[in-house]
Amino acid sequence: MLKVLKSGFYTTIQDLGRFNYRTMGVPVSGAMDNYTVSKLNMILENEEDAAVLEITMTGPTVLFDEPTHIALGGAEMSATLNNEPIDNHKIYKIQDGDILSYGRLEKGFRAYLAVKDGFSTEKVLGSRSMFFPITNKRHIADGAVVPYEVNKAFEPKISKYKVDSLLGTTSLEVYRGPEFNLLHDRQLEQLFGTDFSVAKENNRMAYQINERLSEHQFSMLTSATLSGTVQLTPLGKLIILMKDGQTTGGYPRILQLSKKAIAILSQKKSKDKITFKLL
Amino acid sequence: MNTYPISIRPFGLQAILIEWPNEVEKAILDDIICYMDQLKSHLDAAVWELVPAYNSLTLIKKDIPVDFSEFSEQLKRWYGEKKLGPSRDRFLWRLPVCYDLDFGIDLEDVAEKMQLSITEIIELHTKAEYIVYGIGFLPGFMYLGGLPASLEVPRKKIPRLKVERGAVGIAARQTGIYPQESPGGWNIIGNCPVPIFDVTKTPPCFVNVGDRIQFYAISRASYQLRTIEGEVGIYKVEKMKLDA
Repeated sequence: MLKVLKSGFYTTIQDLGRFNYRTMGVPVSGAMDNYTVSKLNMILENEEDAAVLEITMTGPTVLFDEPTHIALGGAEMSATLNNEPIDNHKIYKIQDGDILSYGRLEKGFRAYLAVKDGFSTEKVLGSRSMFFPITNKRHIADGAVVPYEVNKAFEPKISKYKVDSLLGTTSLEVYRGPEFNLLHDRQLEQLFGTDFSVAKENNRMAYQINERLSEHQFSMLTSATLSGTVQLTPLGKLIILMKDGQTTGGYPRILQLSKKAIAILSQKKSKDKITFKLL
Repeated sequence: MNTYPISIRPFGLQAILIEWPNEVEKAILDDIICYMDQLKSHLDAAVWELVPAYNSLTLIKKDIPVDFSEFSEQLKRWYGEKKLGPSRDRFLWRLPVCYDLDFGIDLEDVAEKMQLSITEIIELHTKAEYIVYGIGFLPGFMYLGGLPASLEVPRKKIPRLKVERGAVGIAARQTGIYPQESPGGWNIIGNCPVPIFDVTKTPPCFVNVGDRIQFYAISRASYQLRTIEGEVGIYKVEKMKLDA
């Protein structure tokens, strides 16, 4: 068991997400920075859908009460194991009673804690990803316990893995969205020639952008949306849907982020800069 | 059943958007559902999700890119081979609503705006049969078409930060049920005690796109009984099979 002594700002359990329930309006959910999580699960030789902790802005303090192996990744958050600084993308052996805690956010926005064989909380509709009210908790609270299986036979083949960090990247690769063609020249110029900044309204559902494009009056029938869909509101506001984003929407879908661009954006916080690059 | 000029376009690398003419029309929705059911026999359900709504069908492939040019040709061929007529049973669901003023917190306001009595509002709202054109926005939230013109009241100027779970609202040409507590700008005229979405049930949402909904008024006492049934999961929803 992992005992959560302090939960941090917004800590959740995430895996690859929940599939086959979109037709009922259930968001996919899953780790925001899936690029990082797939690397962590790979070095721990886990299944790709092994569940991790997603840690936002300020990290938790957790106590392990059974031996295992862990690896951290994503945002740099001054993590320590029994008060000794530890690195991202490196496997650490954990003993009963070890305490992992996080300090200052140095770079990025979301950090991940992966454990050998993943966290073994109950699956709801095929996934462990927390999303209220599909799961009965929104996030992990102070004092919570998070189970994991003990794997005594595990001997890591790799102890450290070099990962190309996406934390400093500001350019988001995008495809044309279904309503891309309604954009006129002025809006296209704005879209691909502006250094945009992330608004304070940013979370697992959506990232809003501070700068606006010119207004439009295009109206469309509600249709499916995806993680990474960039919507344009009539007032010219850009809303980028993320992993907990709604499954349908009525705003024009002007762009679609690549998978990697979703991971890059999920490491951005309020006021961080981004640009769009059309593929 | 008609065949429409459909457009097939990529939506990112992992999804394909198929669109029908830009109309809210039962015949279009029927054609989409018919095609979707046929696609389900060709596509592996473990890899593909199919999302119908109003005039579109979106095919989403789990985690694997799609070869668009090849696949879109195949999709066109399948559309050409589409069988006629409905491919599965569809239902009319009868859902209870308590229009008590404690739940219908905007009923008096709507009555004044629309120059109707509260009894007339309830009669109009329960007489109509609504078509489910899509499910989205929240788990179990149905986009219902077919609201009588005399109930077309604008959204509230200032949305509420909190609308109760089960709240039944009307706004512009739409009506619907908030399946969970949520912010919302619709005019609230009642509350439905039946959980539209319940993770403990298989499937968690009993309604499918293409089904129909009709509301019927219940008393406060009946509402309370049904709420308890909902909480312990023993509720039954009245349904009727629809003719083709």
